[in-house]
Amino acid sequence: MEAADWFQLVVYVAALAAITKPMGLYLMRVLDANGRTWLDPLLRPLERLTYRFVGVKPDCEQDWKQYTVAMLIFSLVSCLFTYAILRLQHLLPLNPQGFGALSPDLAFNTAVSFTTNTNWQSYSGESTMSYLSQMVALTLHNFTSAATGIALAAALVRGIARHSVKTLGNFWVDLVRVTYYLLLPICLVFAVVLVSQGMIQNFKPYTTAKLVEPMKISVAKVDQDGKPVTDKAGRPVMETHTVTEQTIVQGPMASQVAIKMLGTNGGGYVNANAAHPFENPTPLSNFLQMLSIFAIGSGLTYFLGRMVSNQAHGWSVWAAMMALFLGGVLLCWHSEAAGNPIHQQLGVAAADGNMEGKEVRFGVFNSALFATVTTDASCGAVNAMHDSFTPLGGFVPLFNIQLGEIIVGGVGAGLYGMLVFVILAVFIAGLMVGRTPEYLGKKIQSYEVKMAMLALLVLAVSILGFAAWAVVSSWGLAGLNNGGPHGLSEILYAFSSANGNNGSAFAGLTTNTPWWNTTLGLAMLTGRFLMIVPIMALAGLLARQKVSPPSAGTFPVAGGTFVGLLLGTILLVGALNFLPALTLGPVVEHLLMLHGKLF
Amino acid sequence: MKTLFSELRAAVMVTLVLTVVCCGMYPLVVYGLAQTLFGDRANGSLIVDRAGVVRGSRLIGQGFAASKYFHPRPSAAGNGYDATSSGGSNLGPTSKRLADAVQERVAAYRKENGLKDTDLVPADAVTASGSGLDPHISVRNAGLQAPRVARTRRLSVEKVLALVRQNTEGPDLGFLGEPGVNVLRLNLALDSL
Repeated sequence: MEAADWFQLVVYVAALAAITKPMGLYLMRVLDANGRTWLDPLLRPLERLTYRFVGVKPDCEQDWKQYTVAMLIFSLVSCLFTYAILRLQHLLPLNPQGFGALSPDLAFNTAVSFTTNTNWQSYSGESTMSYLSQMVALTLHNFTSAATGIALAAALVRGIARHSVKTLGNFWVDLVRVTYYLLLPICLVFAVVLVSQGMIQNFKPYTTAKLVEPMKISVAKVDQDGKPVTDKAGRPVMETHTVTEQTIVQGPMASQVAIKMLGTNGGGYVNANAAHPFENPTPLSNFLQMLSIFAIGSGLTYFLGRMVSNQAHGWSVWAAMMALFLGGVLLCWHSEAAGNPIHQQLGVAAADGNMEGKEVRFGVFNSALFATVTTDASCGAVNAMHDSFTPLGGFVPLFNIQLGEIIVGGVGAGLYGMLVFVILAVFIAGLMVGRTPEYLGKKIQSYEVKMAMLALLVLAVSILGFAAWAVVSSWGLAGLNNGGPHGLSEILYAFSSANGNNGSAFAGLTTNTPWWNTTLGLAMLTGRFLMIVPIMALAGLLARQKVSPPSAGTFPVAGGTFVGLLLGTILLVGALNFLPALTLGPVVEHLLMLHGKLF
Repeated sequence: MKTLFSELRAAVMVTLVLTVVCCGMYPLVVYGLAQTLFGDRANGSLIVDRAGVVRGSRLIGQGFAASKYFHPRPSAAGNGYDATSSGGSNLGPTSKRLADAVQERVAAYRKENGLKDTDLVPADAVTASGSGLDPHISVRNAGLQAPRVARTRRLSVEKVLALVRQNTEGPDLGFLGEPGVNVLRLNLALDSL
């Protein structure tokens, strides 16, 4: 934990703080159907044309049910669209490598994964997806699932800010405006900046390079039927091959990666995701990618404060997020910098920390920071392999996801998840002082609290339920890459990531099987839509209420007491739900590692 | 029912319009700008020799085993530096397979570079990277390999270390990330001496 690393952390947080207000102010304009931006001359005609084509009256607002139904229908249609492309990939153009169609379960998993902003990947991009699949089937959802999340957050905030009305805005207008005015312009600039760092953007077939030194590799010998040959003892027979060429991946990467980060999608163009030198070429591209993950989520807290005319509340929510973020970074960074005592006893320099699964250009600090950022948000891009982190280093991303990704969070999803906790915190405060809880002038009563708890419990039940099922079934254990408590962590991480719509993985787990693809797909649907419906019901309820003026008993939703109470609520709920499972995974593994136990 | 149908129609139309804008116009505009402004990088930062043969990419590591070359990190991409199957080992901290591999690599590293049994080995030299294609090794790792390379090539260690310095990249803007020695570029520079 060197001074240079501390300095990078300070620069990162300062940069994030600096863009929060401008982003929030811009969001105010984008999320107002009549808001004006400096891009109007260019985009206003396109926006009007889109409404006419789609048949939407932009001034016509929807109540919470209409808004939710529109969102659900759109998600269904776009999900089927992607499923169809993936299944028909072999017949469609822009497939220079001649990749075949995806299997039904993999196409289901992938279509659901991108629709729900999860971007879990049971496949390896560079050997599965045609350029068309990457550019259309997947990138479409990178935009729309992000825009959907932001739209829903805006609807909830409108529900809080408005009173005595039924409507929350128009889903189609929010979707289109967020895509056109917010996501597209930033991505256009961001993608070109990424190319300047070395990211590819072309439509060439893969390049074959002649290796400087031919490489001898040892591979398992196979017979004519393609089955591995074994010796008398049953061990595979190895033979030496000489490799003289390297096939270098090409394709339209930068346009996809820009929205992958900004929209907290996280689905990699290639298997190694942002660890790959093309997908994250330099420490500068790494810094910008980390900043873009948090940019919109952070701006939304300012948007919240502005909308409810209580900027201190917006900043208090932001402060609570930052406190949890810094706690996570410090624990993860400390654990990775301390490294693995088992390897150090074998002669590895302790000062270098744990470098398994990490890239030299990022080192321990930027890998730990990226892992924390990507799981605080529901991004799920990785620049180092979380599976190879030390037990406590890997605990941080896992716990971040299980808290519900409310630390800045996925675009939109982070804010509406956090507001559930805010309502809960206010409710607890009300109980403690014996008054009817109020949040910004709205009474928080039994129905509101039920909806908030439903949103939280869906997550816990689904994560723990699916993980428990996998642990006692042969299909669940078949995919493991590691034994002992680390195996449990792999399974727990997979379902946490799917339910939380994160998409990162303890990637040793092999999940491209019908069982895993299907259960993870169901977990992603549960985590996204079963959480959204109660939250939208809550939004509708809050919008209808009258505002009661603050009294002496009103709990202030800004300042240190509020932040402390909010943090307490989040950690208490998270700990009660998941600590038993975490104890059997990363915590036990940490203790065993200190004793040099191997599996 | 009527509203449901009109919402369904809207969903289909929005999907089509956004596909055209976000998946057609947007990547093509980025493509045009990238190829115009940063053509070399947008096409993979390829290294082409005098005969016009592509020898690799400045960003993608290659495997090296001969004594006259600097050696890259162990790789878990396919059978090693297979650029069509990027990825890490994904072996955890208490994995016996990983510990055995590290032990073997530590012994091999000490032997080929003439180190004592008590000398500490740089972590990057005995661990696989996240991508399996990491183009870099740490500066200390390169420093420990330099005497071996110099001896095999009958060059002075100073000369080799000067090339190491020339092929060290980062930190960006003077403070972001870690410095790394680009192994492919360094080895090509040695070959062209």
